[in-house]
Amino acid sequence: MAKITFITKDNQSIVVEGTSGSVMELAKQANVKGIDGDCGGVCSCATCHIYLNEADLLKTGPASEIEKDMLELDDDANEFSRLCCQIEVSEAIDGVVFQVVR
Amino acid sequence: MKKSSLPDPFQDARISKGYGEMDDQNDPVTMLLRLKDVRKAAHSWDTFQSGATPGRIVIPSEVAIRNIRQIPFELDPPLHGDFRAILEPWFKRPLESEYEQKLTKQINDIVDAVLVKDAIEVVADFSLCLQSNALTLLLNIPFEEAQTWISWGTHVFRSDGVALDGDKALILYNYIDQQIQKAIQNPGEDLYSVLLASEVNGKKLTAEEVKGVMILTFAGGRDTVINAVTNSIAYFAEHKQSLEKLRDEPEIINKAVEELIRYFAPLTQMGRVVTKDTAVCEHAIKADSRISLCWASANRDATTFENPNEVVLDRKMNPHVSFGFSHHNCLGATHARQIMKILLMALSQKVKSIAILDCKENIEELGEFKRKVGYDSIRVKFTAL
Repeated sequence: MAKITFITKDNQSIVVEGTSGSVMELAKQANVKGIDGDCGGVCSCATCHIYLNEADLLKTGPASEIEKDMLELDDDANEFSRLCCQIEVSEAIDGVVFQVVR
Repeated sequence: MKKSSLPDPFQDARISKGYGEMDDQNDPVTMLLRLKDVRKAAHSWDTFQSGATPGRIVIPSEVAIRNIRQIPFELDPPLHGDFRAILEPWFKRPLESEYEQKLTKQINDIVDAVLVKDAIEVVADFSLCLQSNALTLLLNIPFEEAQTWISWGTHVFRSDGVALDGDKALILYNYIDQQIQKAIQNPGEDLYSVLLASEVNGKKLTAEEVKGVMILTFAGGRDTVINAVTNSIAYFAEHKQSLEKLRDEPEIINKAVEELIRYFAPLTQMGRVVTKDTAVCEHAIKADSRISLCWASANRDATTFENPNEVVLDRKMNPHVSFGFSHHNCLGATHARQIMKILLMALSQKVKSIAILDCKENIEELGEFKRKVGYDSIRVKFTAL
């Protein structure tokens, strides 16, 4: 079980718990504003963009090349950016805080 | 080769030089063929603009048949974003449960109807009807209106043997003018009325701007959706096991939708006008000439997609560009994805098999390339589960 916190652009804090699937799916189930996940999680739409805290970078692991290529052309992207459809929900990310970009 | 295959004519040029060339009504086009180049150019709106002469970024060019600017498609940032912001919520309505339920009923009804027929021609008797019916939901107007659009035939802009038909375009433009006038006199909850009541940068949209949005909504979602639906039927006809897979594993339907849309690339390419002398793939491009973002080629780029010429229904990483990329990504994508998702659910739950009786392919002539984008006609026989 992983406890995950989303902070939306209008500063709402939403805490959800999950055991499997992607972080994007979890966010959609909880109606987290700013996480659309239009493509269903295949890394083609970039509508699930989040920022990580520096301390959480190790927990989620690095982005794949394909994900990095998507983020490279996103005007809001920075070194803490991830597409959360590419982050699996597991014990390893328990306690992580995600800042929703849009 | 299977009848449902869509070969990739761009492979050699994509690998060897990265671009292709075609003429289009004496306004030549340099076609970008690699995924990364296509995405970069789509993102670089200041060098590769959309806000050129109306009709010029479309291939084949519509400059000769259209003066109205399609909105927000033929605008550049920041104005593009201002219009896009008022349109986004409306075009996300397909995610609402009532919309989804109505669309499901429409598509189930159409599938049920073809299951009891001997044979049907898919483009005219299935895809066009499905697309037209669904458009009534997107516009939030009475279902019966679809009959008018169905009566126009499969192409608003194109007739057999004539790439651009000004008379056909006029049918659409005159129709939209009439609908806008109706909405001005008697406002309702339809898209025309909502647009007429909307403001961008503190100013109400003009009738011409509303017309620009409506032309885009009609034209952008017609051939594309018809190709996606028709090609899906052809694919499942020759891949019965894929129907079974979706029946057994409905949880992969979203991935299957993305994969079919990648493979089909229902819109081959979209143009841009170059604002300053530049280069792509070490090929010089002059200011005021045209490039195209060739989505169909980018989707088969083996540097990103494993086995790009195969349909892998549960493909996990699928950064395709069938809905475009960056600022101008497809406004109707939510609607299109819902159509495909519901269609795949209906087919997998109701159809045992589909047999192709005969077909005529729709081949686009693109300079050095010939690309099959779908079918002019395809007759099939459905068998119910």
